[in-house]
Amino acid sequence: MWTPDTVPSGASPLLSVRGLTVNYSGDRQSVSALSGVSLDLAPGEIVGIVGESGSGKSTLALSILGLLPAKTSVAGSIRLHDKDLLPMDESSWRAIRGARISMIFQEPGLALSPVMRVGDQIAEVIRAHRPGSRQARKRESEALLSEVRLADAERIYQAYPHQLSGGQLHRVAIAQAVACRPGVVIADEATRSLDGTIQAEIMEVLREVNRKFGSALVFITHNPALLAGFADRVLVMYAGRIVEEGPVTEVFRRPLHPYTKGLLRLAPRYPQQAAGLAQDRLPAIPGSLTDADRLTQGCVFEPRCSARTAVCSSEFPNQATPEPGRRVSCFNYGN
Amino acid sequence: MSKRYVQRSPFSRKKFVIDALIDVDLEIAPKCMTALVGESGCGKSTLASCLVMLERPDRGGIWFEGNEVSRCDAAELAVLRPRLQMVFQDSAGALNPRFTAGQIVAEPLEIQGGESAKNLRSRAGELMEEVGLSADWIDRRPLEFSGGQRQRLAIARAIALKPAFLVLDESLSGLDLSTQAQILNLLLDLKTVHSLTYLLISHDLSLVGQIAEFVAVMHQGRIVEQGTRQEIFGQPQHAHTRDLLNSCRVMESAFHTAGGRS
Repeated sequence: MWTPDTVPSGASPLLSVRGLTVNYSGDRQSVSALSGVSLDLAPGEIVGIVGESGSGKSTLALSILGLLPAKTSVAGSIRLHDKDLLPMDESSWRAIRGARISMIFQEPGLALSPVMRVGDQIAEVIRAHRPGSRQARKRESEALLSEVRLADAERIYQAYPHQLSGGQLHRVAIAQAVACRPGVVIADEATRSLDGTIQAEIMEVLREVNRKFGSALVFITHNPALLAGFADRVLVMYAGRIVEEGPVTEVFRRPLHPYTKGLLRLAPRYPQQAAGLAQDRLPAIPGSLTDADRLTQGCVFEPRCSARTAVCSSEFPNQATPEPGRRVSCFNYGN
Repeated sequence: MSKRYVQRSPFSRKKFVIDALIDVDLEIAPKCMTALVGESGCGKSTLASCLVMLERPDRGGIWFEGNEVSRCDAAELAVLRPRLQMVFQDSAGALNPRFTAGQIVAEPLEIQGGESAKNLRSRAGELMEEVGLSADWIDRRPLEFSGGQRQRLAIARAIALKPAFLVLDESLSGLDLSTQAQILNLLLDLKTVHSLTYLLISHDLSLVGQIAEFVAVMHQGRIVEQGTRQEIFGQPQHAHTRDLLNSCRVMESAFHTAGGRS
């Protein structure tokens, strides 16, 4: 059996990204998707990445899986156990994907093949990475379906995707992702299309497999409220950069970056609190992410920022470390 | 009002019968925002389709401004349709990618006829400005806009004929939090300016809890509870409403424990 990735005592991080810069080149111009993103992932931890669409969250996930389109320029490094992944060829990537790093996609209904039994699709992942008999793979896949709390694993194994509900498909996708006990599981907006109650169940399953299999989980979302009580750390992304990072409790109690502050004001509140309110306008952040595209210098959030000062339009703020474990890119975070 | 879908299997004589709506009674107060919440598959979208006359109910009726729309013939519907408009969930799918923004927004006016091409274009520009888009973008195509901007475009098209009633079917659910908030604020502004009535369909109770004046909760084809926002969130009567509220409450309390917005 594949053993979970463990860090030798003395502990370098499991996954370490440094200065990752990604540019998509189009016909007329190239678009900067990530600029200088750095992050470390410790074994078994849950890291939330929060940001709006276009902030670079999915590009970051695809980079870590080596799935960026061919005409993309990439700089920086992504190291898994001190091995740099970026220079690797496709066959080396294939040995990593699914076995050491795996991904749960936003729409499992689209990610799973419609013409294959879902159980066989889990067994296929195991077969790609490990020797063993067909029966053993089947038994293991059924066990995985039980692990993600699908009752009647034998029946589910034989089902085709269209015979399962959205929540069941999500569980199958999770079983598939953890089949080879990878060190890193990336969930990209994995619960976005689900109703509240099913969303909570799926997140509970994710947390369970994270604890049981020791896989570190990168949970990508646009909704910071999902991370409360779930993730250990949060990274806030804006326009291809990590603008704030820290433990979830600290960042939510005292956000430092103006964008984080604006985002947390918008996080869904329990309706009872709002019940007494009149029909008030919501505290929206003015402007949009595309405002950052026009900038050639200065802070990417400057066009939308209510706390901007003169320096913000001329320089991008370096990362400050206001306290251990926290990072923020803002000139005025103290105010 | 009831609606039953009968689907024949292409491979056998078996029929699948789905009771999508069962004895639904719903009143929508004029010039207010009513939210319809429920989990996927509970019948929200079927109800929406009936309300804007894309489907006809099997039993029961729908009255709009005193007319029984579920009994109208095609000619009568043609008169009523401009008064009722719909904004769909997936703005990329709802807007023709080969049309420009101006053509999309002006299309309802063009169908109604009586306007010169020059007038249509200037009207489209005005409508775009009204929903917070620059009129300079009138010749762009939908894919050149972001998701939030496309939804603004869909709203501009929906209000082009000055309707009284707008059905928003999960129109906000594909969007980011900050974009959702901006669009909701836009809807509130338009409601005041044009005296609009909204039916906001959503599976996200915490979203409608911030904004709707009336709330109806749907479960398995039935409306199980309806009332003012204060009633539904303050004293929920039906077990399903309480379940929905609880799933929000768990998240909210975790958020507070984690230090958010204390």
